[in-house]
Amino acid sequence: MACIQPDGTLSRSGEIILLALHSPGTPEEVARETRIDLFMVRGAMREFMQARYVEKEKHLFRLTPKGLAALEGVDDKNRQGETA
Amino acid sequence: MDEKADIRPLPRIGDQAPAFEAETTWGRLALEDFKDRWLILFSHPADFTPVCTTEFLAFQEIHQPLKDLGADLLGLSVDSVTAHIAWLRNIEEKFGVKIPFPIIADSDRKVAGLYGMIMPGESKTETSRCVFVIDPKGTLRAMIYYPMTTGRNLQEILRLVKALQTTDKNGVATPANWQPGDWVIMPPPKTMEAAEQRLQQGLDCKDWYFCKKKL
Repeated sequence: MACIQPDGTLSRSGEIILLALHSPGTPEEVARETRIDLFMVRGAMREFMQARYVEKEKHLFRLTPKGLAALEGVDDKNRQGETA
Repeated sequence: MDEKADIRPLPRIGDQAPAFEAETTWGRLALEDFKDRWLILFSHPADFTPVCTTEFLAFQEIHQPLKDLGADLLGLSVDSVTAHIAWLRNIEEKFGVKIPFPIIADSDRKVAGLYGMIMPGESKTETSRCVFVIDPKGTLRAMIYYPMTTGRNLQEILRLVKALQTTDKNGVATPANWQPGDWVIMPPPKTMEAAEQRLQQGLDCKDWYFCKKKL
């Protein structure tokens, strides 16, 4: 359940966690919103930070331009799913 | 290899749990990811073995009750992530049970070494059946070791977490075979004055050192 897969695409849980960061939040807030285990969210934040998809400012995590770009593809995919 | 060079002090009850970061079936996880919650870190000897399979089915049964207590499960063996995935898929296929917690793939035995999960007298390569109960502050609160031949009693792990939480919340100890709702033990008084007072407090005392009460 790593968030960034070897081919560079996001796993489903990675998408959900990154989408939750459309507004900056703490891992606890993201875990509550997504109902994903807190330890999993913390691990995901570390992975996204290393990949520079998110950055930490004080205690809040926020998307970087690279993270936003990754989500553009996800949003497109979700929209296609809705209309399919 | 010089075996003596690999000898390190093993963690004991009351110690800070050794930090680690490791590959798991749910991606890379670190001990610090579990902070502020209870963690049950446990090892099993090997994937695709019958006793371990029965244990995983039983761990799955206590997963939600543990979650309700604010506790997470994290398994470990020296098998690879690929082996873990194949085994978990097999358990789902053959037993209809999805394992809802991550398992560390400790191929280099780093975490096993930190926690003393390998018992050389039993096996020099595989981990024994160890359980480490780590509290929200990262302190090791209890350890259980079982040999490879003997599956663990998972209800005891659940009981242990409940007992530790009751101790933390109420400053009491729990007697043999304690279950939630049973009497708890008052800590022995530390002074003569406290011993006298204890007997006048209306507690159920067999003697000054043996007092119990209902919570």
